Parts: sequence; C-alpha cells; structure tokens
Amino acid sequence: MNTLLELQGVTKSFRGLKANEDIGFTVGEGEIVGLIGPNGAGKTTLFNMIAGVFPPDRGTIRLSGRDLVGLKPHQTCAAGIGRTFQIVRPFPHLTVAENVLIGALHAEKKMHAARTRAAEVLALVGLDAKAAQKAGTLTLPERKCLEVARALATRPRLLLLDEVMAGLRPNETDQMVAIFRRLNRETGLSILLVEHVMRAVMALSHRVVVINSGRFLCAGLPADVVKDPRVLECYLGGED
Amino acid sequence: MKRTALFVLIGLFLLAPLASGPYLLSLLTTLLTFAYLGQAWNIMMGFAGQLSLGHALYVGLGAYVSAALSLFWGIPPILGVFPAMAAAALVGSAIGFLSFRFAVKGVHFTLLTIAFAEIARLTFQHLSALGGTGGLFLPVEARTGVDLIHLRGDPRMFYYVILAMAAALFLACRALMASPLGYRWQALREDPAAAESLGVNLLRVKLAAIALSAALTAAGGVFTAFFYNALFPDQWFGLGYSIEIILAPIIGGLGTLFGPILGAILLTPLGEAITAVTDGLGWQSAGIKPFCYGVCLLLIVKFLPDGIWPAIRKRLP
Ligand SMILES: Nc1ncnc2c1ncn2[C@@H]1O[C@H](COP(=O)(O)OP(=O)(O)OP(=O)(O)O)[C@@H](O)[C@H]1O
Ligand SMILES: [Mg+2]
Repeated sequence: MNTLLELQGVTKSFRGLKANEDIGFTVGEGEIVGLIGPNGAGKTTLFNMIAGVFPPDRGTIRLSGRDLVGLKPHQTCAAGIGRTFQIVRPFPHLTVAENVLIGALHAEKKMHAARTRAAEVLALVGLDAKAAQKAGTLTLPERKCLEVARALATRPRLLLLDEVMAGLRPNETDQMVAIFRRLNRETGLSILLVEHVMRAVMALSHRVVVINSGRFLCAGLPADVVKDPRVLECYLGGED
Repeated sequence: MKRTALFVLIGLFLLAPLASGPYLLSLLTTLLTFAYLGQAWNIMMGFAGQLSLGHALYVGLGAYVSAALSLFWGIPPILGVFPAMAAAALVGSAIGFLSFRFAVKGVHFTLLTIAFAEIARLTFQHLSALGGTGGLFLPVEARTGVDLIHLRGDPRMFYYVILAMAAALFLACRALMASPLGYRWQALREDPAAAESLGVNLLRVKLAAIALSAALTAAGGVFTAFFYNALFPDQWFGLGYSIEIILAPIIGGLGTLFGPILGAILLTPLGEAITAVTDGLGWQSAGIKPFCYGVCLLLIVKFLPDGIWPAIRKRLP
C-alpha cells in the first residue's frame, strides 16, 4: 500500500500549551485510519494543520510526497484534502443543495456538471429530500451529514472526518458507516476518522492511532488498541 | 405574479417620460441612479458580505476621471468610461489587497473603505488642476437632441440611459448570482473558513467582488458627472453620499436583486418630500433629511431586518 498522508514530528503550541507534540503516523492509499484520544488530546488541532488552517511550529505533513505545510486551506483542498468541521459550519442562508454545490464547484468547473455532482452526493448521504431547504433549518445530525456531503463534493483523496457521528442514533451511525465503507471500497477514498463513537471507529477503521495530551500514544488494529492498557488508562485515568 | 409585477414595473419606467414634466423626470433619473449605484454596491455587500462605507470613492473617481478626460483631452465619456472603471477597479483592488495582506477584516475593513474615500476627498480638494474645492465644471450646452457619445442632450435621453444601465446591471447581477463566482461570493459571505475548506480562494473572490463593484459604481459616476455637470470633492467623495448610496439596498433587501430598486423607489420620493416640506416651512436645517433616513433605517432594522423585498416576496403567491 502506498503512503498517502505522512506526518512527521508535528508540533504545535498555543501560548505555551503543547496541543500537539512530535506526532507522526501515516495513512495509506485506500486506508481508513481512526484517530482517537480523550477530549483535548489535540485531534482537531492536527486536522487544522493538515487542512492548512495554521501551520505546525515544527514537523512535516506530506500528501503523496507533496509538502502541505504553508499551503492555505483552499490549496490543501486542491491538493486533495476534504475536511468536515467538528463544530459544524453550514452556509445557513443557502439551500442544502447550494451548500453542496459550492463544494462541487471545486471538482466541476461547469455549473451544470457541478449541480449534477451535488445532487449525486446529496443522494449518497441521504439528504436529497432536504435539498431545497435552507441549511440553517437543519437538525444537528443533518448538519453533520451536510458537512460530509460538502467535503465529499470536492472529490477529495483524503477525507478528514471530525466527530461526524456524534449525536447520531445507533441506526443512523450504522447508515453513515455503511456509506463510508461503500465509498472506500468503490472509489478508494482514504479516510482519517476522529470519532468518540467507538461503534463507528471499530466498524470502519483498518487501523487506529491513539494520541493523548498532544502526544502519540500507540497505533494498531482496532481490536488490539482497545485492549491496550495504556489506552484504557488514558481514557479512564484522565491526564497523566 | 412576480413576473407580471416585473413587466408592469418595466412598462411604467419605459413610459414614464411621456407623462412627466421636467421635475418628475429629474426625480426619476435620480431614483434610477440610486437604484443603479445600490445594485453595484450590493455586489460587494449583499453578495460577498464585504461592507464598504466608502463607495462614494468610486462614484467620485468615475466622475472625475471621465470629466477630466473630456475637458482636457476631448475624450468623450463613452470612451472615458473605460479608464474611469479601470481606475476604480484598481483602487478597489488595492484596498482589497491591503486588507488581505494585513488581515484587516469586518469592521476594520469597513473603516479602511471610509479612510480611502476620505483620503480621496482631501486629495481632490487640493488638486487645483481639477478645480480643488472650487469644483470642476462640465460645459452645459442646450439640453436638446441626443448625443450618446458625449452624453449631451435632452433630459429624457439621460433618463433612458440610466434606465438602460440599471436594467442591464439588474440582468448582469441575476446572471452573476447563478454563476460559480456568485456562489463563491455567497460562500465567502456566509462563512469564509468553510468556503476556504471547500477550495474557494478567498483573496481572488474578494478582489473580484470589490473590483467589479467599484468599476460598475464608477460607470454610475460617469453618468452622474455628465448629468449634474458640477463636481465638488466634498459632495462626490463625502461620507454622506456613501451612506446615501447604501440606504436603498439595505431598506429594500440586502443581497436581493429587487432590493436596491425597491429601496430607491421608496427613498427617493421620500427624500424629495422632506426637502419640499422643509423648504415650504422655511426651515434651514440640513440635518432633517439624514435624520429621517436614520429613522427609516432604524425601523427597517427593528421590524424587517432582511429588508422590505424579502418580506413582500414571502407573501407573493
Ligand atoms: N485556536 C486555539 N487557541 C488556543 N488553544 C487551542 C486552540 N485550539 C485548540 N486549543 C487547545 O489545544 C488543545 C487541544 O485541542 P483540540 O481541539 O485539538 O482537542 P481535541 O482532541 O480535538 O478534543 P475534542 O475531543 O474535545 O474535540 C486543547 O487544550 C485546546 O484548548
Ligand atoms: Mg476536536
């Protein structure tokens, strides 16, 4: 398996607080990697650096060998990164279809083709019935779904999902899991998945990476990781 | 229903000169000028969410550039409009680029737009070659005939020119709203961070909005210059004028296509009525008109924050 995303020594501090310290791991092409860790472990911070919201203080981030550090978010998007926001950011006064259309316009320059793509993605995530509704009227689970649809519409190579299943009912989680599985199988989409819902992490991830207090803790198969005493300790025992 | 209303409106505007005397015609010309300028400003604020409180800058630039070209080099406004638009687009882009480079956003961006308009006002006050505070005047000839190249002629000609400009801008804005650029503007307006994550180049999209809005506003300035024939820096670059430009789209409905037109239809006669009443009563206070506009604005913000047109549209079948 070829390496798609490669992180090395990624470090980021916020006014003395080390949000990420010396983080390194990879995501292979076609792989789904779960990224877990307790609250405040630094998962979202890592996503923001991969997506170009801010650069790391140190370390390298590569996508298929290409250095992403220093690129702006629209450039990482062009490089193949699609991301969702943990705190959802819909375009509230636009319709659901228009929200997705803006993502689709990244993949398709022609208006007509972009509309078609937006409709396809909406159908895929099961939001097509709400297409004409203003995004501001959606429920939280629907907004999470819209985040996914918008990011998918840009046709990413690597999808960064930040807790998109939080707040979903178990059957909704299973539906979402099925969608990602299918996308992964049929289009080879790679996914880096931040998720607290273990049901989803276990079902989706080929591999799991655990970080705690900004540091890499361990990585391995989902079934092994959840039995690792260090992982149990960091979730149960709190910080250090 | 909407369609019928639109055709009635177009019909009324097309036929209005036949039934109106010089006063009404000049009122309608002013009305359409504000509809046009409001529409041009709305591209930046209503579509792309960038609040400019210094749009008089572009009207003034358009006016002075075209007037100077015509006075000193004999270049007619039909050609002068292009350098006028280019100058405004250039200045707008410079403001946009500076604000981007130094991460000036929101209120501070708006302050920057005011600052640039003020700088222009002070500069033109001291440009004696262009009349300075004393003003720049275009020769007024007999107001007859139709000379579109030099923008000289009958008041009805001016009326139809600005009507054509307002209509063309309306259609252009409608097309823009449904274009990829239009959607990117709206994404920028709604949530820049989300837009950026979806591949929208914020700088490019912002500059496009400012440059286009500035250039179109300058074209309105060219028209206005040749309609009024007298340019004074205090008026043409003044903050008061900048505010007057944005009232119609705000009251009519930000980001809507009909908002600027509806706002101008309501406000221009109101402004005239206020002037008539205060003149009739012999009051000298120049503050009454802005005060009444302020009250209108307050009422709209309080009761119809989206503006009048969205409220009407909801009730249309
Ligand atoms: N922009 C910022 N400025 C200052 N501190 C920040 C910023 N972003 C994150 N932090 C801090 O960095 C640490 C890591 O935060 P981060 O959001 O990355 O954690 P997380 O793993 O995503 O947590 P959660 O599971 O709660 O989403 C936290 O202590 C947080 O307060
Ligand atoms: Mg987080």
